[in-house]
Amino acid sequence: MQDSSYETVTSEATSPLDVRAGGGPVAIEVRGVSKSFRIPERRPDSSSRVPRLLTRPDHRELHAVRDISFDVHKGEFFGIVGRNGSGKSTLLKILASIYRADTGRVRVAGRIAPFIELGVGFNPELTARENCEVSGVIMGLTRREARRRLDAVLDFAELRDYVELKVKNYSSGMMVRLAFAIMIQADAEIMLIDEVLAVGDASFAQKCLDVFYARRAAGRTIVLVTHDMGTVETLCHRAMVVHDGELQQIGDPRRSALCYYRLNFPDRIAETQTPDGPTAEAQTPDGPGAESSLQPPALDARVVRAELLSPSGTAVAGVNQGAPLKLDVVVEAARDLVDPVFLIQIRNQDELLIAGIRRMLSGRVPAGRQVRLAGEVQNLLVPGSYRLECVIREERSAPRLGQKPMALMDFGVLGTATLHGVAALREDVEVTWSR
Amino acid sequence: MEPMTQPAADPEPMAQPAADMPLRDVPGPSAIGGGFRRFWELLTVIAVTDFKKTYFGTTLGYLWSLGRPLMLFAVLLAVFTQVFRLGSSVPHYAVLLLMNIVLFGFFQEATTIAVYSIVGQEAIVRKTQFPRLVIPLSVVLTSLFNLLLNLVVVVIFILAFGVSPTWTWLLTPVLLVLLVGITVAVSMIVASLYPRFRDIAIIWTVASTALFYCTPILYPISKLSHHPTLRQIILLNPLAPILELARKWIIQPSAEGPAAAAGGWPHLLAPAAIYVAICLFAVWIFKREAPRIAEQL
Repeated sequence: MQDSSYETVTSEATSPLDVRAGGGPVAIEVRGVSKSFRIPERRPDSSSRVPRLLTRPDHRELHAVRDISFDVHKGEFFGIVGRNGSGKSTLLKILASIYRADTGRVRVAGRIAPFIELGVGFNPELTARENCEVSGVIMGLTRREARRRLDAVLDFAELRDYVELKVKNYSSGMMVRLAFAIMIQADAEIMLIDEVLAVGDASFAQKCLDVFYARRAAGRTIVLVTHDMGTVETLCHRAMVVHDGELQQIGDPRRSALCYYRLNFPDRIAETQTPDGPTAEAQTPDGPGAESSLQPPALDARVVRAELLSPSGTAVAGVNQGAPLKLDVVVEAARDLVDPVFLIQIRNQDELLIAGIRRMLSGRVPAGRQVRLAGEVQNLLVPGSYRLECVIREERSAPRLGQKPMALMDFGVLGTATLHGVAALREDVEVTWSR
Repeated sequence: MEPMTQPAADPEPMAQPAADMPLRDVPGPSAIGGGFRRFWELLTVIAVTDFKKTYFGTTLGYLWSLGRPLMLFAVLLAVFTQVFRLGSSVPHYAVLLLMNIVLFGFFQEATTIAVYSIVGQEAIVRKTQFPRLVIPLSVVLTSLFNLLLNLVVVVIFILAFGVSPTWTWLLTPVLLVLLVGITVAVSMIVASLYPRFRDIAIIWTVASTALFYCTPILYPISKLSHHPTLRQIILLNPLAPILELARKWIIQPSAEGPAAAAGGWPHLLAPAAIYVAICLFAVWIFKREAPRIAEQL
């Protein structure tokens, strides 16, 4: 990609891109926007049904967005983050002219292309060719334009051999690829994207990210609504946190990510956190290296043992840089778990998710039963303190967003080299005199 | 509309001063917004897709679009000329019946499907920028494709039953415009009310059946000459003069026509006023409901 500067966003407190984008002309101006929904509440007794025609039914006001104002500058990649039901998607839909704001004003410079959901307007009975045309028109292309871009869509989706196949016979992965490939054909000055990044397999996900990098590099204004702080920290110039319909924080994406974590895990990130200190960290009282004594109440399981082992097999609090991480974790099911998925995650001091290990156990794990996760992990971490955490969920139930991970332990990576970034990659780059 | 052809979507927009792009208010969801071109593209794409869907997966495919009305007509002809013998005194009763049923069938089919149309297209309404009016209109357009195919079959029957063509056949588009107009208006009303007021689906099933009998379909209005009050009431129905005109213009030029049946042109002012009132009400209610329709799904 043309844009090679995005890594710097996370490694510096204030991004130079932020300054550049912040100085540009305003592309989206939101002033005092509020939106509430009236949720009808029907009483279960039948006597209230008859007068329903005569009197207005009971309503509950749901204030989805409360008096939010912000600007997005031209060429900016702007993140909107918040928990489920915080109002961030409602806000996006107001920008996209899908909902009308109750109060306030939204002004934009240029055309808007909303990407709220993949595959809107897909008809399973139609072939890829026909769906490409229908979806293209729904997104704002003309029919001729949509037909002309079929080749580009098929190439991107890698589905050239299946163009005449009805979409109902596609695998879900193929469907997602086709939908995304069609979606990116719609190009506009302002793109509104609602968590569609997490699609497809890893290589396709990378391709999707590349598209967004390219659009970002081409100076498109992009507004992204997401839960994924990793995306926010790597892609966004600025980010905004919405909580209960109110604007909580706006600015540096890393600070916004921290704010988001604070809202999600209020008891885990210490109150000593100062909002002005971009490098203020969540430290356990014992400091780095000590085994965590934090045991948040877990619904699904509890931690029996979580250890980092030295090469000789003894429990240690830290390892040398480059030495493999030998993990030994035992958890006990607190309730019956069907097809549990175990996610072991490593976060650094900035709460940034560095790596995740995902394992699934097929079948039923009865309450009280213990499960052991043990093995070696390659260690590319730069010196610093890290936290190991575990998320357990059931394969077939929907992921509970904002689910609190179980803290396993904190550990340190010891070393003298001062390195930027989050990983010390193996490399053999040499510096020599060049003719 | 065509992102790549607009100067603003230039590959190097960063190099351009952005001052030429003024801030303007977002339009918000509406019945029509987005420009005529986009409206037309959406309308035709959705209508054509829906039309294709009718015969998806059938062996005969598009042959059915002619085969189905042919078979239906055969059944109706058998029932109403052999079993009930309703119209033995009406000239060309069989083809009159066919034409009336085809014309009313269009109205009934379009409005009945339109009731559920916005809820049925929920994904599009809630997830994309979309002029809301496209949805009920595309339903009417799909039904119009069917109507035109059915009319081809009707013409075949009319000629086969010995009706000779007259110059008034050229006035058929006038009839169709009147019929499509009222169909669009009623479709807009029921489609916009249904998301909030689900009872409309049940009400409309009953109402459209009642309307079937309150419209001169199975009988020409002249058959009610002994009952002037009933005739006056039936002629309040805007569909009645349309069908009577169709009879006079297409099948039997000697028929008395709606004006004579009503007792003079002034009496047709009432259905005309009702027609206009329904259209105005449709525009008003749809414009009122369109901006918030996505929230009510």
